[in-house]
Amino acid sequence: MSDPVNQYAEAIRTAADAKEPLRIRGGGSKDFYGNAGAGRVLDVSGYAGVIDYEPTELVITARCGTPLADIEAVMRDKGQMLGFEPPHFGNNTTLGGCIAAGLSGPRRPYAGSVRDFVLGLRILDGRGNDLKFGGQVMKNVAGYDVSRLITGSMGTLGVILEVSLKALPLPPAELTICRNQTKEEALVLMNEWAGKPLPITGTCHVEKRLYVRLAGAASAVKAAAAKLGGEEIENAAEFWRDIRDQRDVFFSGDMPLWRLSLKSTTPHLADLPGMQLHEWGGALRWLTSDADAKTIRKAARSGDGHATLFRRGNGTAGEATTGAFHPLPDVMMQLHRNVKQAMDPAGILNPGRMYPEL
Amino acid sequence: MQAAPVDFERQRAVSVALRRFMPESSVLFEREDVTPYECDGLSAYRQVPMVVALPENEQQICEILETCHAMRVPVVARGAGTGLSGGALPLGNGVLLSLAKLMKIVDIDPVARTARVQPGVRNLAISEAVASHGLYYAPDPSSQIACSIGGNIAENSGGVHCLKYGLTVHNILKLRVATIEGDMIELGGGGLDAAGYDFLALMTGSEGLLGVVTEVTVKLLPRPESAQVVLAAFDDIGAAGQAVANVIAAGIIPAGMELMDQPATMAVEPFVNAGYPTDAAGILLCESDGTHEEVRDEIRRIEDIMNSSGAHIVRTSQDEAERLRLWAGRKAAFPAVGRLSPDYYCMDGTIPRKRIAEVLRGIAAMEKKYNLRCANVFHAGDGNLHPLILYDANDSDQLQRTEEFGAEILKLCIDVGGTITGEHGVGIEKIDSMCIQFKSAELETFHALKHAFDEHGLLNPGKAVPSLHRCAEFGRMHVHAGEEKFPGIPRF
Repeated sequence: MSDPVNQYAEAIRTAADAKEPLRIRGGGSKDFYGNAGAGRVLDVSGYAGVIDYEPTELVITARCGTPLADIEAVMRDKGQMLGFEPPHFGNNTTLGGCIAAGLSGPRRPYAGSVRDFVLGLRILDGRGNDLKFGGQVMKNVAGYDVSRLITGSMGTLGVILEVSLKALPLPPAELTICRNQTKEEALVLMNEWAGKPLPITGTCHVEKRLYVRLAGAASAVKAAAAKLGGEEIENAAEFWRDIRDQRDVFFSGDMPLWRLSLKSTTPHLADLPGMQLHEWGGALRWLTSDADAKTIRKAARSGDGHATLFRRGNGTAGEATTGAFHPLPDVMMQLHRNVKQAMDPAGILNPGRMYPEL
Repeated sequence: MQAAPVDFERQRAVSVALRRFMPESSVLFEREDVTPYECDGLSAYRQVPMVVALPENEQQICEILETCHAMRVPVVARGAGTGLSGGALPLGNGVLLSLAKLMKIVDIDPVARTARVQPGVRNLAISEAVASHGLYYAPDPSSQIACSIGGNIAENSGGVHCLKYGLTVHNILKLRVATIEGDMIELGGGGLDAAGYDFLALMTGSEGLLGVVTEVTVKLLPRPESAQVVLAAFDDIGAAGQAVANVIAAGIIPAGMELMDQPATMAVEPFVNAGYPTDAAGILLCESDGTHEEVRDEIRRIEDIMNSSGAHIVRTSQDEAERLRLWAGRKAAFPAVGRLSPDYYCMDGTIPRKRIAEVLRGIAAMEKKYNLRCANVFHAGDGNLHPLILYDANDSDQLQRTEEFGAEILKLCIDVGGTITGEHGVGIEKIDSMCIQFKSAELETFHALKHAFDEHGLLNPGKAVPSLHRCAEFGRMHVHAGEEKFPGIPRF
């Protein structure tokens, strides 16, 4: 069997010569996310497996097709985890897709985002060149930070082959408390608590309840729980998994699902029609709504943020013509085009998946 | 470095163009006025700039860049000038853009835990300004009393606490950046992510080659309730390295974990009286911070690990004064070593922690080979090594040996799976070592990205990323020298 990387590189070179788009695909669990892809599928799920994992170095390196669940299991065995708590959208979610989509879970405001944990990448660029950026060490400022540029670029800048990530120890103790609170009160509390030295690793307000996850040394978790008050919930692991993967009952239904990322102290956007769930200490607001994109994006801008049409609904009027991602100012879009040109001059890697211009 | 003769006509034309929108006193070109800008923290490299521009606001920065772009004049941005890799070394045919006058803290939002500051604001000034809110800015490079936040962005600066709290890139939310065309862009945003490509990350650590930062919004963290540091002394540097791995294996991420070898402690101790045992082969400083409960638990575990890892002295700070004294020694390591020798050359490689003993042995062998002394301080938690090579710059042979010694250390770092620079940047200093770390297709990618932001290559040209031509020359020179030195030795 020939090296899969050579096959992928060959496929890219052929596509680049013919200017035929490629749709990069791992497990396919995020096909719903972003704009519709076009072109022939380049399936990279076969390039799988953990390459190197040394718990005492706090670094794990794995191939793009490795199921995220496998990586997490290997790390759990050694008492470690991925600090950004990536969402899974099914059992087939792969590491490559996780990095390409750049999505992080409930721990994000307290531990960091997926790109914060990326230490290095091996990629194939749009010419089929096999390139390595960053590395397997914690600190590295040699050359531009291409690894973090590629994280979250939806496959438009390169085919991710291998990823090195920083690992974190699993907290020895964890519990979740719940308090009855309005949305407005919850936003005030989440921001206030984030300014205090408390071992918080997750916050979420849904329905009329505020959930706070505490993690760390058992003594510290207990002390913080007593300080914050509220009731401890029992099925905490499931609760946070359902929030992480947008499987909580809040997310069900066929309304379009919007993800608003904005300044955490932005007041509750009560004027927006639909239902909201708040996460990330107030910096992430999920909205199920059939309001038009313009209204929602304007609201996100009011909080110095942006709005993503995270999951399309069952075909409301303007939905089909709305791009998934927040439009960029002209100067920024020109720079995006320039960067795309630098990495993928033939424009064949996932064209249109992020923005029509890229 | 040979100084090119000043092109007086060009100098006059650029100065006149800049003075159309800037006061006369903010555009310097007289020799005595521009000489103070001839170098940054890496004083071995000097070059007097053609013109120095001292803008007072964002508008002027944009106009300077627009003017330089139109006239095709290269621009080197400079913050506090504390950089250690020559990133702010001026160009004899260029404008040195000093951001020193932009030193306002524009806004502090204690509830959202952010501060919006101009690029010339000193790193430590941010933490001082927000201390009354119980907050601080986490990255703490040793030069934090002097270095500017704009320079921190350019270099993606770290510090002793970055294993737990991250580098600059992890602690900023938004940048306002002027492009070489003089356009303003905003990277990042009020939230924790932004639409589009992660230009915030790309800009951080780009050494002034992609744009000029005009405003920074930093993330602030709550001050930990409590902090204590454990000092552990070892007879064997390898055992100290193993102790570091044992701490991590126990699931502890220390707030700071620093290793100093004997030459370093012997330099520091008479200088600051930190209480370091100077008879040990190496000492570790391992700090825990957090809530009182967390720190109490974690310190106990760290003490146990140090004891079981073979430390012959394990001492924990009993109060804040003792904690600060123990850290004062580490923070004074560079100036203390500086007293031992007319000059020292600070390296900045990062290696996988497990290779530390091997790398330190390698460096010890190089001390003999180059007949120069070297003291090692080491951000052990994240593998970032700072060998300090002692030399006398007035002795040209020593200078040459020092540079070769440094380059060999960097090569060793790459060979063991590390990198040539963890936090000081490539600048002009390590540009040839980039040819070893990256292959030409990767360097071409860097050049293509540079071109995406700066088509004519006017922002800090010649730094950070070597041209392929330079690498070819470098490679040839080295092979050539090797052949001459060891003729007739068989090569496998």
